[in-house]
Amino acid sequence: MKQGIITLEHVNKWFGDFHVLKDINLSVSKKERIVVCGPSGSGKSTMIRCINRLEEHQEGKIVVDGIELTGNLKNIDSVRKEVGMVFQQFNLFPHLSVKENITLAPIWVKKMPKAEAEELAMRQLEIVKIPEQANKYPGQLSGGQQQRVAIARSLAMNPNIMLFDEPTSALDPEMIKEVLDVMVDLAEGGMTMIVVTHEMGFAKTVADRMVFMDEGKIVEEASPDKFFNNPESDRTKLFLSQILHQ
Amino acid sequence: MSGPISLTHNKYYSWCRDNLFSSWINGIITILSIYFIYEVSSFILNWTIFEADFVTNFRGERIIDRTFCSKNIEPGQHGACWAIIIVRFHQFIYGFYPVEEAWRVNLVYGLLPFALVGIFFDNLPFRKYFIYFTFLFPFIGYFLLYGGIGLDAVGTSKWGGLLVTLFLGVTGILLAFPLSIILALGRRSKMPVIKTICVIFIEFIRGVPLITLLFTANVMLPLFLPEGVRPDNLLRALVGVTLFQSAYMAEAIRGGLQAIPKGQLEAAQSLGLTYWQSTRKIILPQALKISIPPIVNTCIGLFKDTSLVLIIGLFDLLGVGRAAVADIDWAKLHYEVYVFISLIFFIFCFLMSRYSLYLEKKLKTDNSN
Ligand SMILES: Nc1ncnc2c1ncn2[C@@H]1O[C@H](COP(=O)(O)OP(=O)(O)O)[C@@H](O)[C@H]1O
Ligand SMILES: [Mg+2]
Repeated sequence: MKQGIITLEHVNKWFGDFHVLKDINLSVSKKERIVVCGPSGSGKSTMIRCINRLEEHQEGKIVVDGIELTGNLKNIDSVRKEVGMVFQQFNLFPHLSVKENITLAPIWVKKMPKAEAEELAMRQLEIVKIPEQANKYPGQLSGGQQQRVAIARSLAMNPNIMLFDEPTSALDPEMIKEVLDVMVDLAEGGMTMIVVTHEMGFAKTVADRMVFMDEGKIVEEASPDKFFNNPESDRTKLFLSQILHQ
Repeated sequence: MSGPISLTHNKYYSWCRDNLFSSWINGIITILSIYFIYEVSSFILNWTIFEADFVTNFRGERIIDRTFCSKNIEPGQHGACWAIIIVRFHQFIYGFYPVEEAWRVNLVYGLLPFALVGIFFDNLPFRKYFIYFTFLFPFIGYFLLYGGIGLDAVGTSKWGGLLVTLFLGVTGILLAFPLSIILALGRRSKMPVIKTICVIFIEFIRGVPLITLLFTANVMLPLFLPEGVRPDNLLRALVGVTLFQSAYMAEAIRGGLQAIPKGQLEAAQSLGLTYWQSTRKIILPQALKISIPPIVNTCIGLFKDTSLVLIIGLFDLLGVGRAAVADIDWAKLHYEVYVFISLIFFIFCFLMSRYSLYLEKKLKTDNSN
């Protein structure tokens, strides 16, 4: 198996008796963009949440940038510093302003002086194109703006890898594009990304590789061209026909 | 000129018709209720104020014991005899605190609001300095009340009345607060030992009456301390009250913690914050905010329950009241004493309850924007 910045080898995970991840093998190299898709409940979220240890796997090996994820708390901390994550429900901190949402981790985790952190926050807000919202509270923003703040908040920790778990699924259709545009910019800037999404347009323009999951397994892994035009597995074909015709 | 007046008149008129006299039955009930309210309130006002004695009786004599009360001279003709409260006012408010030192207690009462506003109102100007004062206050208060350097020492056995009630209520609540946060977090901990300890502690304390705890603290505390160290009664009661309050507050806070979506902690962790940082910066501020109304409710309960300390021999407000009732010179003035005590408890509890309503309203508007 070739060595990547993220490798999962024979990863198995159970929730109680329920076998949610079945022998997952995946290797992602630096600056690669992976799009993960599959039916609901297939284990996509669980897989990427294992990569920054929001979930614990029971068998197999996960290595991120040379650090193996075990019970070792120091390793978990170092991996979380490398990996940023964006959630379907944004998960902004509602009691903090947009600026405070972004400066919190730099100040407390990286011990950055406040003034420097605020400057950094403003730079990140420029990148996601909403610097004018800095002093508002999350509840005052639209869904698309909130998700862009969440991206800015992750980027402020200067991660090498970004994980996205259905970042546009909770958004109204007219706001999806503004978030995807930011993600495309990020991809063009050379960020290593794993994106769980059903936005196939985005996948076609950005993905280096498509990963299709079903029932806890990786069923198919292919280039976007092959994945969309000439998929091998019947389950992939079925899924694509459902998602492209809805 | 008559336009707006007749308009409001019409408005009241139609409101009365629609709500009070919409049918025969409704009309009769309304009239009976008005009669009932009139009778009750005129009785209360007459008894408490218009026909009551304060300093002198109806003959104009100064009341020095129960035989001077108008109602004891002409039974059935007169209202309350408040002289008992006035004569014993010092005891009700300070207990047996020396009269010439009472200014120290007054000063503490006077400073107390300044120590509390910072906690209660988050939009206060210069709030930071008020909060500093809040932290200093227990030391200032202790020094003023107990004495020491430069001030005569006044042992806690001399404290009484409202002073003891407030001391137990306020100190108990303030000490219970940090303890309850630890208990609430511990109860949700993933570490089985810590979790079990917290669950057992909370459930045990919630499962026994406060009186039992007070007795236990009174009897058991000396056993845990080195020989010769005899903590005074007030301190023992404070321990009991604090433990009791911390268990109830912990449950109120746990309710708030449960209301915070899991995604908040996950977002904080994915940013690299440690458990304690996430708890302090993300989880607790949100959880405490929504648990303030139930916390205030437990505080109201505790404030009233402090009156149970009279059972272990402390003279709190109720204890002083019972002593007053038992005094032969003033015997049989139960109503006056208990009404007065109820009124004091009511004022404090009512203020807390209004504060809790204010917060609920404020929280609603905070979240809707
Ligand atoms: N914390 C959990 N406890 C038990 N079962 C879970 C938990 N999280 C997810 N699952 C189950 O695991 C399966 C995979 O979930 P998930 O990874 O969220 O799927 P996807 O993101 O592909 O929709 C689902 O059947 C889900 O019900
Ligand atoms: Mg999912």
